Amino acid sequence: MDDPVADAAARRRKRRKRKTKPRCQPRRRRRRARGSDVDSLYAVDSKRRRRKAKRRVCRRRRRKPIRRPPLQPVPPAPAPSPPGAPPEFRLSSPVAVWSGPFGVREAERLLWRAGFGPSPGHAQALAGMGLHRAVAALTRPQGTETFSGAAPTDEDGNPLAPEDAWGHDHLWFLDRMVRTDQPLVERMTLIWHDWFATSNDGVGQQNLMLGQNALFRLHWLGSFDRLVHDVTADPAMIVWLNLDQNTRWNPNENYARELMELFTLGADRGAYTEADVRELARALTGWNEDWSAELGYHNFRFVPSRHDPGVKTVFGKSGAFGWEQAAAMCVRHPLHASFFVDKLWSYFIPVPPSAGDRAALERLYVDSGWQVRPVVEAILLHPQLHSGPRMVKPPVVFLAGMLRALRRAIDTEAWTWLCEGAGQYLFHPPDVSGWDDSRWLDTSTVRGRWELVGYALRGRELEGDALDDYDAAESPEQAVARARSFWGDPQLTAETASVLRAFAAAAVAGPLASWQQRTYRGLRQNALRHLLYFSPDLQTS
Amino acid sequence: MANCGCTEYSRAGRGLPGIEPGMPLPAGTGLTRRSFISRVSGLALSVYGAASLGPKAFEAGIAAAAAQAADQRILVSVFLSGGVDSLTLLAPTGHSRYASLRPTLAMAADQGTPFAEDPSLRWHPSVASLATLHGEGKVTVFPAVGYDDPNQSHFTSRHYWEVGEVNPFGRWGWLGRYLDRHGAADNPLQGLTLGWELQPSLAAQQVPVATVSRPDQYDFWSPGVWGAVHDRMLDAFGDLGEPTTSDGALRYARAQVEATATLRQQLQPFQSGYSTPPGVTYPNAEFGRRLAALAAMIEGGLPLQVVAIETGGYDTHSNQAQTLGPDLDEVSRSLLAFQRDLEARGLEDRVLVHVWSEFGRRPQENGSGTDHGAAGVGFVIGSRASGQMVGSFPGLQDAQLDQADNLRATSDFRGTYRALLEQWLGVDAAEIIPNASSFTAPTLVTP
Repeated sequence: MDDPVADAAARRRKRRKRKTKPRCQPRRRRRRARGSDVDSLYAVDSKRRRRKAKRRVCRRRRRKPIRRPPLQPVPPAPAPSPPGAPPEFRLSSPVAVWSGPFGVREAERLLWRAGFGPSPGHAQALAGMGLHRAVAALTRPQGTETFSGAAPTDEDGNPLAPEDAWGHDHLWFLDRMVRTDQPLVERMTLIWHDWFATSNDGVGQQNLMLGQNALFRLHWLGSFDRLVHDVTADPAMIVWLNLDQNTRWNPNENYARELMELFTLGADRGAYTEADVRELARALTGWNEDWSAELGYHNFRFVPSRHDPGVKTVFGKSGAFGWEQAAAMCVRHPLHASFFVDKLWSYFIPVPPSAGDRAALERLYVDSGWQVRPVVEAILLHPQLHSGPRMVKPPVVFLAGMLRALRRAIDTEAWTWLCEGAGQYLFHPPDVSGWDDSRWLDTSTVRGRWELVGYALRGRELEGDALDDYDAAESPEQAVARARSFWGDPQLTAETASVLRAFAAAAVAGPLASWQQRTYRGLRQNALRHLLYFSPDLQTS
Repeated sequence: MANCGCTEYSRAGRGLPGIEPGMPLPAGTGLTRRSFISRVSGLALSVYGAASLGPKAFEAGIAAAAAQAADQRILVSVFLSGGVDSLTLLAPTGHSRYASLRPTLAMAADQGTPFAEDPSLRWHPSVASLATLHGEGKVTVFPAVGYDDPNQSHFTSRHYWEVGEVNPFGRWGWLGRYLDRHGAADNPLQGLTLGWELQPSLAAQQVPVATVSRPDQYDFWSPGVWGAVHDRMLDAFGDLGEPTTSDGALRYARAQVEATATLRQQLQPFQSGYSTPPGVTYPNAEFGRRLAALAAMIEGGLPLQVVAIETGGYDTHSNQAQTLGPDLDEVSRSLLAFQRDLEARGLEDRVLVHVWSEFGRRPQENGSGTDHGAAGVGFVIGSRASGQMVGSFPGLQDAQLDQADNLRATSDFRGTYRALLEQWLGVDAAEIIPNASSFTAPTLVTP
């Protein structure tokens, strides 16, 4: 009777019993369907079957303790570049450069726009370098890209098979975003994936998609001229836009049109005519490949006998153009540089550049021989990036940043379908124009983002003893502060902070039994962490 | 600013899922988009076709909404993305140049069924279901709908149809503009996209609209949160979307969070499922399941007004003979099932379906497929549809095609929109479609 330890244990047992039911109910796991057996599951007395299924989930859950994923090491922060650059180091830019303070908040935004948000300590590290050295740390990393922490796995701890297994290509790329020490390399790879949007829905071979991904990574801040050249000979693209069906006998316009409309010149700008589409298609004839049941598409090559050797007239110039000239002519078109600058800028800053800035960046781009790096550096230094309006984070950027903040490895295949629900399944852009960055959010994808946060927090929630022993006296202010610190103290607007504070008060309002005083405060902490990272503040940067 | 693009950049439309279906998938995972989607979403979607709960289960919870929605007319926009080949759907077998333009793809003159309104055209066997409905007077056919100076880009042409004007810089959908004028500030379901992403034709500037892939699974789970705390958390979820702000992206994010919270409440009665009337069978694929869900939602009294569904993969540059028929067959059987479903529920006088594609395809085939063309085919389907062809088939002779050898339009899509707004939704088209009065409004609806 006087043994306080036994007493506490007995109390805990009693409380657990009382909580069994409610704790089970919310654990509804969304499962991926497996074809027609789902139909049969629901066809026969679906109500009872479903209740039964739910009970089964509950029982399993109670027996199995929550899997607590280990904390991953923090990747090293981007290092000053060149190594030992003095504080007065300056990158050059032909346009305005941000001259206000460059503190942790500014570094946080820079890391979101040019990477995947801060890992713990990274924003502080970049702020310490100052603006120019921080930008150079991202755009001019030293050495090869390295990945810290545990390699990605499926739910059972098996390594990924990105070339073969469904959805593992998505997980593979996502993992690189989470663990890289050179975030802009991966971010630019993602940008080129959106720019030259190719979908495995049409290609049907993950090895070709990964080959294209490697091409994007190779050219990340290099020559756009070279990138367009290589994309035109890229196997995934050849399949995706029917270059392999484009022959001298039956020209197929698909690639020719999108090369101009989406990749280099833009529609409705007077850059090309319908006749140019047809003529450029002739110049692009000749690609072919083999196919076998064992290898799928392979042995991609240019076959001169399929190529139309005749004279073509493109952009008013005539010649017996081939595919290399076709690609080069698009990049050398007088309306290409303005298209390029506007489009590249739009990935980093949500309002278009001024006419003067655009013209200066066009010159920088063309004079450098179509180099991407100087233009990106000028954009990352621009005042509009550091003090201008916010942008909605793309779903995978949001997720990769969240996993970085949580120091969580890729340990489930669920991220594939969860990202599709949030609107961005990598290697499956909706079409050749890529994802629509102006409409990431709707009532379907907002719910998808809620689920992303929920799944990321799985295994990190307070439960069991942590709830039983939770601080019964924690105030709403303390609760919000604790949730903020859990996430590494991200910046919040006053409005969101006030909503969280009001929720924290309401969650434990009213008469509560003594066990509820502790447990509800623990649940409140779980809910605050979810609400905070889901909030519109964190969906934008 | 419910669905404002938060950036100044607005691409010309959203584009086309599965734009280039290409060859049947030979290797790798062997997953087509369709089978992928059914893998991802099959759990909930397959409930659509199953007899689970009767409508009574959710009727009670939505009595209030039903009271408002009882006689609301509903317009369903079905987008066949990619540019469907009108010369397959309604094959011009009676035109002498048809066989030479389509040496491998032409349909034989004894296949399919004759199109009663123009004997030179025949319904392709894959769209026999549409022929059936047409025979009942429930399909209004546009044999060549489009616009002058047609654009052959998927994205631009689709964008024109979505914004309801030939203007690459338009930002709001024509149905969104209808809702901005005639919708409510607090009812996302008034403009419903059944799909993964918002259909741009529904993009509204002022009022909320809904996008939902699975209307019967719209719950909000959180690890380690339950009971009263979970209820409070969902309240706070909605509160996060309420505050005003001058920042465009933040305002957009908050508006969408708020609309999501509202939609969650609206769909709550639907979470336990729904049924399809006996005798009505939809094809077991995504499009049919979505229409099945829609019919149940309408009968359930959910406050819908305009609904958009996209079903894709019509960009048949290659392998057209193999891929197009099965796709058309599935879609037309789904549309027939939807009509039968509405009739079984007694809702057929409240719903009109508009079927469109961004353009037709070029009469001259390219070997195994067809490239982008100009005028294409469109339909208005429903018990209240006029059933009278709008515009004639323009012909395939050199002089009858346009200067790019494409089909000429004999009706304008903006005239269709004008007629739908005036005759079906009963509003002034002039405030929604620029220069509406300059387009002839065909008779689309029987009084």
